[in-house]
Amino acid sequence: MPSPAEFAKSTSRANGSELVRFEKVTKRYGDVTVLDELDFSVSTGKHVTLIGPSGSGKTTILRLLMTLVRPDEGTIRVDGDYLTHEERGGRLIKAGEKHVREVRKKIGMVFQQFNLFPNMRVLRNVMEAPVHVLGLPKDEAEQRARELIELVGLTEHLDKYPTQLSGGQQQRVAIARALAMRPQVLLLDEVTSALDPELVQGVLDVLRDIAHSTDITMLVVTHEMSFARDISDAVLMFDKGKIVESGPPDKIFSEPEHQRTRDFLSTVL
Amino acid sequence: MMTEGMFTNYFLPGIWITIQVTLYSAALGLVVAFAIGRLRASRLWIVRFLAGCYFEIFRGLSALILMFWLVFALPVMFRWQLVPLWAAVLALGLTYGAYGSEVVRGALAAVPAAQREAGIALGFTRFQRLRRIELPQAWPEMLPPFNNLLIELLKGSALVSTVTVADMTFAGNLVRLGSNESAPIYTLLLVLYFVMAFLLTRGMRLLERRAKANVGQGRLRASLAPREEAGEGHGALTAGGAR
Repeated sequence: MPSPAEFAKSTSRANGSELVRFEKVTKRYGDVTVLDELDFSVSTGKHVTLIGPSGSGKTTILRLLMTLVRPDEGTIRVDGDYLTHEERGGRLIKAGEKHVREVRKKIGMVFQQFNLFPNMRVLRNVMEAPVHVLGLPKDEAEQRARELIELVGLTEHLDKYPTQLSGGQQQRVAIARALAMRPQVLLLDEVTSALDPELVQGVLDVLRDIAHSTDITMLVVTHEMSFARDISDAVLMFDKGKIVESGPPDKIFSEPEHQRTRDFLSTVL
Repeated sequence: MMTEGMFTNYFLPGIWITIQVTLYSAALGLVVAFAIGRLRASRLWIVRFLAGCYFEIFRGLSALILMFWLVFALPVMFRWQLVPLWAAVLALGLTYGAYGSEVVRGALAAVPAAQREAGIALGFTRFQRLRRIELPQAWPEMLPPFNNLLIELLKGSALVSTVTVADMTFAGNLVRLGSNESAPIYTLLLVLYFVMAFLLTRGMRLLERRAKANVGQGRLRASLAPREEAGEGHGALTAGGAR
């Protein structure tokens, strides 16, 4: 069986380069090792789904990439650049705030709990970062924000505050807000887990649409296995901070090699 | 007998001085409160420590004694004389600002960590997160405790009469010395402070309601625009077509 890193390489497109690379990344919370010398990479344009029991480290991978937590050991590279490290005189040192901010501009994230800004209406939620982080002119940012809000089907809610929207609508705004920054990598962290069951489909439809019609790279943590199967180029099965098994979705979901994967899938399918 | 002349000649200017002292001290206190309140959550321990020292020291200082010190001790010790009005404003602003810093610190700490994370994910700098995300959300939470402090400050401003600032308490004492009419004069003072406090509270309520509406918490607005759970799903379908 090819190692996960090799697998990701083998699935890369002809011109697909490595966009995200984890090298021997270890993350501990106190005595608990959440990620254990993890190696893996994702090629440009690929959609990779991370599955596994809770506590297996999937979400930590996304949080590391978003720099919401920092690795204890190992390095992460995005598009060739070290994320939380800098090279100085041939040595790797912890990166300064500015470097980190620059590299993470390539990454966008959608959260389980949406995390919209309650003090801003829908349009401003989507425009705020393009204007103040990317420095886009206001009218250009607004134009783009309106297009994205239309894409997620919420044009008639432009002027509402997040509290006036349903969970599903809020999550769609959050997706538009993340895309407004034109990230190269989109991280989706259990984006439908906090939604009422009847609202899940609307959000998944929007994401499916984005996955199939753009070349954005996606890292997805989800419990929606049919969605994962539908959009993924590769699935990584995690347990106890390590990758147990990886492969194309058809193989992982239909004929998993490892007992651990079979056990997990039987609890969620 | 208290005459109209006493009111216009002594009380009216006194009321104006009380208003000035209250507003200037509140402005200084607000600046101190935001600065110290934010610094007390600094990443750098030395900054946190110094800001914490400020809070502990000025919370523990008596505003009255600080005023005496600034007016009577400072000139003797450093040969530097402050105008009594500004000494009074300084003493009130620095001490009430210490209390206010606790309000600011608490309100900022109450903004969910998820908001900070969303800000990071969108690339905002620390300062941008504070200014565009955290402060606007914390502000409505600060207003009710700020209102309390403001009322305390208004009433505490009577202390300035002891350092020869001619506020309305000073005017009352002066008129009493001349007329010996203690009962009407102190009753009038009580009423004046109450009315001013009441007006301040009304103003702060208004501010609070506006601030809450600005973060989407307006009660009226929310009830007029019910959640639209039923419409879910359709949007996504049209979204697919909109591409």
